[in-house]
Formats: sequence, C-alpha cells, structure tokens
Amino acid sequence: MNNRSERIRNILVPILSVLMGFILGAIIMLISGQDPIAGYQAMLKTAFQSPKSIGEIFVTAGPLIFTALGFAVANSAGFFNIGLSGQALCGWVTSIWVALSMPDAPRMVVLPLAVLAGALAGALAAAIPGLLRAFFGTSEVIVTIMLNYVFLYTSTHIVNNVMSKDLMTNKGVTKVIGENASLRTGFLKELSSGSRLNIGIFMALIFLVLIWFLMKKTTLGYEIRSVGLNPFASEYAGMSSKRTIVMSMVISGTLAGLGGVVLGLGTFGNFFVQGSSLSIGFDGMAISLLGAGSSVGIFLSAILFSVLKLGGQGMPLRAGVPIELVDVVIAAIIFFVAISYLIRFLLAKASGSKKEVAIVEELVGKSDPTSQEGGKI
Amino acid sequence: MDIALIAVLAPIITQTLVYSTPLVFTALGGTFSERSGIVNVGLEGIMVMGAFSSVVFNLTFAETFGAATPWLACLVGGVVGMLFSLLHAVATINLRADHIISGTVVNLMAPALGIFLIKVIYGKGQTDTITESFGYFSFPILKDIPILGDLFFKQTTLPAFVAILVAILSWFVLFKTRFGLRLRSVGENPQAADTLGINVYVMRYAGVLISGFLGGIGGAVFAQTIAGRFAVTTIAGQGFISMAAMIFGKWNPLGAMGAALFFGFAQNISIAGSNLPVISSIPAVYLQAAPYVLTIIVLVVFLGKASGPKAIGKNYIKSK
Repeated sequence: MNNRSERIRNILVPILSVLMGFILGAIIMLISGQDPIAGYQAMLKTAFQSPKSIGEIFVTAGPLIFTALGFAVANSAGFFNIGLSGQALCGWVTSIWVALSMPDAPRMVVLPLAVLAGALAGALAAAIPGLLRAFFGTSEVIVTIMLNYVFLYTSTHIVNNVMSKDLMTNKGVTKVIGENASLRTGFLKELSSGSRLNIGIFMALIFLVLIWFLMKKTTLGYEIRSVGLNPFASEYAGMSSKRTIVMSMVISGTLAGLGGVVLGLGTFGNFFVQGSSLSIGFDGMAISLLGAGSSVGIFLSAILFSVLKLGGQGMPLRAGVPIELVDVVIAAIIFFVAISYLIRFLLAKASGSKKEVAIVEELVGKSDPTSQEGGKI
Repeated sequence: MDIALIAVLAPIITQTLVYSTPLVFTALGGTFSERSGIVNVGLEGIMVMGAFSSVVFNLTFAETFGAATPWLACLVGGVVGMLFSLLHAVATINLRADHIISGTVVNLMAPALGIFLIKVIYGKGQTDTITESFGYFSFPILKDIPILGDLFFKQTTLPAFVAILVAILSWFVLFKTRFGLRLRSVGENPQAADTLGINVYVMRYAGVLISGFLGGIGGAVFAQTIAGRFAVTTIAGQGFISMAAMIFGKWNPLGAMGAALFFGFAQNISIAGSNLPVISSIPAVYLQAAPYVLTIIVLVVFLGKASGPKAIGKNYIKSK
C-alpha cells in the first residue's frame, strides 16, 4: 500500500495541520478584534530578532525533542505515555539535587552523575505504569495521568521539606547549580551572544539518531514495534510482551527524564516549585504526533514549537495579542493531526480518483478495531 | 451527641460537600460519555470552560439577576461545556480521531482559550472576584431535626444536594430507561446495537454532550463556591480527580457520586487539615497525593483487566 500518493499524503497531513492551526489562530485574533498579520509578524520578529533569540530557540527545543522521543517510543509499542511531564519533573528535581549536593566535585564526575541520576529517576517513574500494565493489565493512560499529580506534589514536598535548607535560596526555589554541573559552556554562550544555549540540544540530536537506530536496527526495537502492531502475534512468535511493555515504558521515561535534566542543568540551572504539570510533557506529545514519530519530523516540529513559544512572548508587547494564543494554535494543530482521516480523505477526493478514496477508507478503517489497545481501563 | 462535637463535625461535613459537588457533577458527566463508548480524558478542559463562562456571566449579570446569578451561571457553564465537548464528539465519533489525543486537545485548548479571552475582555490575566456566590443554605423544616438537622441541613451548601439528586436521576436514566439501555448497549457492543436499529452515532453524541453539560456545571460550581474567580490555576486537577471518581465508582452514577464525596473529603482535609489535631502532623503531600494513589491501587487491586464498557475507546465505523 506504500504507493506514491500515500507517501505524499503522509507529508501533506502535518503541513496542512500546521497551516490550519495558524489559520484558526488568525480567525480567533480577528474575532477578538486583533490584527492577525501584526500578531504573526510580532511572533516571527521576536523569535528571530538576534543571535541570542535564535540560540534560545535551540534551548527550548532540546527538552522538547527528548519528551517527544519518549512519547514516540512508548507509542510504537502501542502505549500512551501521558506521564511525560511527571517523568521529566523527576529528572529535573533529581539532577538538580545531585548537582547541588556535590558543589566541589570535578565536572567530569558530577555532570555525568547528575545526568544519569535524572535519567534513572525518569525511568523509574515510567517503570511503575509499565509494570502495572504488564502484570495487572492496568491502563497506563490513567496511571500516568494520576502519577503526574503524585510527582507534582512530591517534587514540591522534596524542595520544601526534604532538601537541606542550605541548598535553597527562597522557599520553593533551590540555589543555582555550580559551573561544574552545568550543561552550559562559555563557547556556546559567546556563539549565541549570551543566550542560555547549552549542550542539551546536541545531546537531543545524538538521541534522535540513537533512538532511530534502536527502533529500526536492533532486536529490541523490532520487538517494541511488533508488540505495538499486534501483541498477540508477537507473543505467539516467542517475544515476551511483558518484558517489551516494561522496556518500552522505561526507555520512554528515561528520555522524558533526560528532557527534565536538560531543563534543569541547561535551561534554568535550578529547580523551583511547579504549580502545574510541566508543559514540555504535553508539548512533547504534540511534537511527536505532528512529526509522526520520525526523527526528522520530531526535530522539525520541535523547532517549530520553539519558534511559536518564544515568538509568542513578543506578541503581547509588539501586537497586543495575549501569549495564550500560541497554546491555542498548538492545541489546534494536534487536533488537526488527530482528525487526519478527514484531511487524507479530502486529499484523496481532490485527486479525483475513486481508487484513492477507497484506499484511504480501507487504510484508516482497517487499523481501527485494534487501535486503542492501550486504552483498556 | 453533645453540642461541642456537632460544632466540630458540621463544618467538616459542609466543607466536604462543598469540595465534592463539582467532582460529583463532572464524574457523572464522565460516566455518560464512557458508557456510550467514548473515553473522555477532556473532563478537565470541559470544567475549565464551565468555570470560565460562569465567572464571566456572573461578573456581567450579578446586578441583573442578584441571588439567582450563580444558578443561572451554572446553566451557562453547562451549555458552554456542552458546546466545547462537541469538538471531542465530532473528532471521535465522525472523524475517527483517537479518543485520548482528542481529549488531551480539549485539555490543552481550554485553559489557553479561557485565559486568552479573559485577557481580551478584561485586559488582565485573571478576573475579579465574583460578588454573587453560592452562600450557605438552611433547609426550612429539616434543619429543626435534632442532631441530623444540625449536621446536614443547617448552614450547608445547596448545590451539593442538587448534585446528589442529579446522581440518583442519572442512575435511574442509565439503568431504568430505554435511553439508558441504548446508551449502554452502544458502549458495550456497537455492532449489535446497530443491527437492532439503534443509531450508534446519535447515542454517542448524546453521551459526550451530556458529559460536556455536567462537566461544565461542575466547573461552574467549583469557580463559584471555591475559587471565586477565573485564573489559570482555578481548575487544577479536579477534572482528573472526577475521572478517577468515575473509575472508582465502576462507571455507575451512584458509585461515582460516592467516590466523588470521598475525594471531596480528601481534598477538604488536605486543605483544612492544618487546623485539625491529628491530621496537621501528617505532611500535606500524603493527603494531596492520596486520591491519585488510591485510584491507581483500586485499578490494580479491584478492577483487574475486564471492566468498564467493552467497546470503550473504539471508534465505530458503520459498514455500508
């Protein structure tokens, strides 16, 4: 079924979704009495105004790529990891805690240790829903949603009541980590004239390749994908679906944890109490869906989202458009990706060939009864 | 029972009811949606829209309608919630979208849209505090019953009793009426229901829209009893707790109500607990996390694999 027009549709769907998201944003601005052209101009001008702002685009993209990859891995195995925010939060708190408790250790010791600890925290956080799913059949969707809140309150508790007082500056805000644990380097800072650009984005690029390799070239990757396609057939073929379920969730959580690490050791340099789930969790999910889980797709989507997020900050000042419009546009883009059946169907109709329409109907219809296997509640 | 004990217990009961009411409404909404086979993780977003619209209505019309304002605002919240849930309905029922993704979009969209509109309307990130909120209410005759009257019917919150009434009504509708039977059959086996001439799409729309209406009311009640205004943090997790209550209650309206009352009690304790003797010594984190952890435990221990409507989360495509 991999014919040319289907491949074209696969590329057109995300592009059209983005376009329609922007159009919807424009309509909302028009209805609420604002100038959409001025709004989007302000967004682009803010995002690309200086080398520093361009550096910040990559600062924002780093953690997003990690959470998006995390979602993609779990999704290939047929699971919805909605707990990316919680897992990233675990990575963030843990890495900062490790970094702060070793202020005098050499960089070569403390930096890898803090990164590993953060990744491990994310992995453990995701292992819970993975194990429950594998051994009790509990829906990972519900468990990860619930755990997001558990981790949110736990992180606040750790910062306020568990961490020793001399690691804190104010209530709810930790000290800034030392140079020895920071992902930032003098060179990158100079290169981007003073932005917070750090090695995080390069780590993210390496992991884009690593995960591509893992999923496409290794046995584990093959097993994950085959369990995602048909768990019963995979079990029959001798694969342990229990092991694969747990492994895919652990890898997913490790990546989300690393997203939190980059946020902590790179972007902010400290931890402060969060009022709600980390946005990199849901944005990562959106990016992965928009990028259709592919490495290139995730990279491009992450850059797009970073431009949106950063550019959005300039919209209230330059055009009087509230920054929340960006999140409306992002939500709309995912909505259009979610209803891609409609887009595919219309594209096939537009091509004027009845055969194309039939192919689309069949492709989408067939995978349907088994979709949502992860949604057994 | 002496007067001192009543003086301690009565406010706890009232506050528990206050915190439970929004959860009861929203959990009932979730029950209707999931019974029809549509997973609704968008309850949180629907509550946000209900809270947003009710607060705007309340601020605008408080002078016109006086004490009736919060009640009318609840209806407005319900209607707006219903309109917003239409997004989820169209996507999942007609356009074959994944239920979880669509619900997540609802959750992402609602707070952003709400705050965007608040900024456009009021020029700031949050609204003023409403002037007309649900006050305390004493039942005319019932309050004179000894002990019981003091505990439940004096200086209490009326919306809670409405919510309990709606729960009983929902149970009746779901399990004792033809509509309820059809709604459930569509959630269990849409093919069979279709064969019997039940319009699967219509029933599923009904399920999602009822969930939007009740969820919107839930958000409106929360905004007008507890928060008092609308801001980003007004609805923070109540929609997910309601979803937990629905699962806890095994997709049964009365069970969902019971679970919502329990979660309301837990929320109330975690907030008011600092004044109570034993509870103040427990770190807040345990009480805050309790509803979520309990949900996971209940899922693992009591529900196991087969539970919930059979066809839940599966898109139904009518064959020609």
